[in-house]
Amino acid sequence: MDALEKFRAETREWLEANCPASMRTPMKEGEEPWGGRKAVWKNPDSKIWMERMAERGWTAPTWPKEYGGGGLTKEENMVLQQEMRRIHARTPLMSFGLWMLGPALLEFANEEQKKEHIPPIVRGEIRWCQGYSEPGAGSDLAGLQTKCEDKGDHYLVNGQKIWTSYADKADWIFCLVRTDTSKKHEGISFLLIDMDQPGVETRPITMISGASPFCETFLTDAKAPKKNLVGELNKGWTIAKRLLQHERAMISGMGLGGGGGAGPGIEQAAKDYIGEENGRIADPSVRDKIVRQKMDSQAFALTMRRSAEEAKAGQGPGAASSMFKYYGTELNKRRYELLLEVMGIQGLGWEGEGFSEDELTTTRAWLRSKGNSIEGGTSEVQLNVIAKRVLELPE
Amino acid sequence: MALVLNEEQALLKETAEQFFQEKVPVANFRKLRDSKDENGYDTAVWREIANLGFAGIMVPEQYGGTDFGPVGLGLVLEQAGRTLAATPLISTVLLAGSAIQQGGTSAQRQKYLPLIASGEIVMALALEEGAHHNPCAIATKAEAAGDNFKITGKKVFVLDGHVADVLIVAARTSGGPKDTSGITLFLVDTKNTDGLKITRTHMADHRNAAIVEFDGVSVPAANVLGSVDGGWDVLEPALDIGRIGIAAETLGLIQQVFDTTVDYLKERKQFGKVIGSFQALQHRAAELFCEVELCRSVVLEALSAVEERRNDVPKLASLAKARLAEASRLITNEGLQMHGGIGMTDEYDIGLFMKRARVAAATLGDANFHRNRYAELDDY
Ligand SMILES: Cc1cc2nc3c(=O)[nH]c(=O)nc-3n(C[C@H](O)[C@H](O)[C@H](O)COP(=O)(O)OP(=O)(O)OC[C@H]3O[C@@H](n4cnc5c(N)ncnc54)[C@H](O)[C@@H]3O)c2cc1C
Repeated sequence: MDALEKFRAETREWLEANCPASMRTPMKEGEEPWGGRKAVWKNPDSKIWMERMAERGWTAPTWPKEYGGGGLTKEENMVLQQEMRRIHARTPLMSFGLWMLGPALLEFANEEQKKEHIPPIVRGEIRWCQGYSEPGAGSDLAGLQTKCEDKGDHYLVNGQKIWTSYADKADWIFCLVRTDTSKKHEGISFLLIDMDQPGVETRPITMISGASPFCETFLTDAKAPKKNLVGELNKGWTIAKRLLQHERAMISGMGLGGGGGAGPGIEQAAKDYIGEENGRIADPSVRDKIVRQKMDSQAFALTMRRSAEEAKAGQGPGAASSMFKYYGTELNKRRYELLLEVMGIQGLGWEGEGFSEDELTTTRAWLRSKGNSIEGGTSEVQLNVIAKRVLELPE
Repeated sequence: MALVLNEEQALLKETAEQFFQEKVPVANFRKLRDSKDENGYDTAVWREIANLGFAGIMVPEQYGGTDFGPVGLGLVLEQAGRTLAATPLISTVLLAGSAIQQGGTSAQRQKYLPLIASGEIVMALALEEGAHHNPCAIATKAEAAGDNFKITGKKVFVLDGHVADVLIVAARTSGGPKDTSGITLFLVDTKNTDGLKITRTHMADHRNAAIVEFDGVSVPAANVLGSVDGGWDVLEPALDIGRIGIAAETLGLIQQVFDTTVDYLKERKQFGKVIGSFQALQHRAAELFCEVELCRSVVLEALSAVEERRNDVPKLASLAKARLAEASRLITNEGLQMHGGIGMTDEYDIGLFMKRARVAAATLGDANFHRNRYAELDDY
């Protein structure tokens, strides 16, 4: 306990000295610290903040020190997160490397691969994207066809990926490729490909929200040295599934609106846009919907916490990660629908005069939220997983 | 605060589970119903419950209780909910017990708490006056007359009213019909009391409730529980404990219905395969699973809040009561539907669970009441 309190004091002091003032304000659109070779630093403080944190390994606080991580215990990391929240510090680095690939590499990669790929993730030097989905393989991911041939000293890859988030901004792609056409799941391998080569081309796709976060990714005679194969040949599916669990856990958190429950402001927004009577939201039916939303959020947050406590107490994995993915994303979608309903036409602006920046952002975020129950495995797929794996209902 | 059980609690849960499964299965409840049992609960079972220490679970040791706390009581209620065990736990232990613990004079505590802990007394809260829970809308009057009060009015849906030895009556001593101030609680003996008329009502869940009429019932001032006009301060916390208790019972109920339904999905065959292989049913079952899990977290959190005397008890009580009321409606409806025709039979248990779920949902405030209260507590 003493050591932990000492750690807290030191952490607090360090954060106080090193977290730039502008990094203690809510994240601004366009200032998200994704890192990578093509990083654009709209606010130079973001870069300073990322580098200072990375220096200590605190962009990946619990990863082993030998790969550049912070080497913190769970308890120390909790203290770090608390201290960061205390000063409203922004997250120093966002990346698929941190959330998805890194944990999978730590578990499945060989020593050489870990040494090569993990430190640049921690330092935000390399930005990764996820090459899973293909035009013909979405929910049925194992039906993927991207061909990968052994050319002696390297692999040659041909095929198309789709919905590849931020592929146009990424440096490397972790790909599921087909190395055996005679089998389905047992013919898939997990390959790391440097995108800085003529064989890799990306084309952004515009989303309903107007943004273009995802791309078509064409692999045409793309090359990868053989050392870039993670795990054994044709054994990539196990890694793919584990990585999906990390991804689902990350997406589930969205149900809480980035920690804000039903959005701290939804009841205030209702008072502002609809009006109040005797301190109550004037429209009783909207008020009731807000209560339901807030109750669902609180119940969901409690369940996330219970599951974490159960895991710590060694009482099994608790409820399945699919439940969190399903419920959290559906909850987030309902939250945005409700917010829009509350805002009336002010929530339906697209651009220009007549709308505040917050209002316009909300409209886009509402549209973006629709993807939550599709990306990382659709809601229907999650329900299938719960039915089959948790409830053990037959095929 | 912990959402997982410690060792002691896990042990208690096991004891309770075994007890209710073996000694008080649903068959026990059917027997009470079918024989039109006069008490409406099994007095022998109630004695055993007291012997196991469950009746004294919230009573301090100095009064003969086991002082195991609210989480413990919640575990017992959950197990009771799984087998539809009809007991005076809610009326006597949760509502009356916590009101006396909270507002009783030392003489009142001395007198009643040991009797509650030993299961020798049944008590009932005479509160409701209309079709909906509305705890401060009290028209029943109590007028001071010398050293006594005279109570006049009519109470409905008094849980265990017709078997109670003592009633706790909420009456108005001042203020208007919706004021929280001006309410006074009285301890009223049901035996040999002039002007008191108790009529058992038969509810769909076949549990005990009664109409209680007061025609100038005279009660000594010493029987005031809490202070004159200040009954709300005792009543509201007791109601919250009752609400959380009912939520805990309902958690057991929905878990049982859900488990039974999933078992049935794995067993019943149509079109040459088990119906659980149909995706339309799989997805509905998976959604119910999420509901049950969320309900469990909410109930555990509410119980721990009581245990830790936190100030968010009222909000969590409303959260738990509202969510469990809605979830129990959904799960009993879906559970019955997925059983097909057999679900409609009296012989099959699911209908009993549905009927209990609805009465439990209406007891001490339904989902609408508690959603409104949850918003009020947060000022919107
Ligand atoms: C915003 C966004 C970002 C994404 N980012 C990435 C990324 O970075 N990398 C990447 O590889 N992929 C990414 N994806 C792709 C995503 O993983 C797929 O879209 C998803 O797996 C669904 O596949 P699909 O689009 O082919 O839909 P389909 O699989 O064709 O599904 C169509 C509909 O059929 C339903 N369905 C399918 N199978 C079943 C079944 N067995 N039972 C019941 N219903 C079923 C689905 O639930 C859905 O409603 C992203 C998607 C979105 C929306």
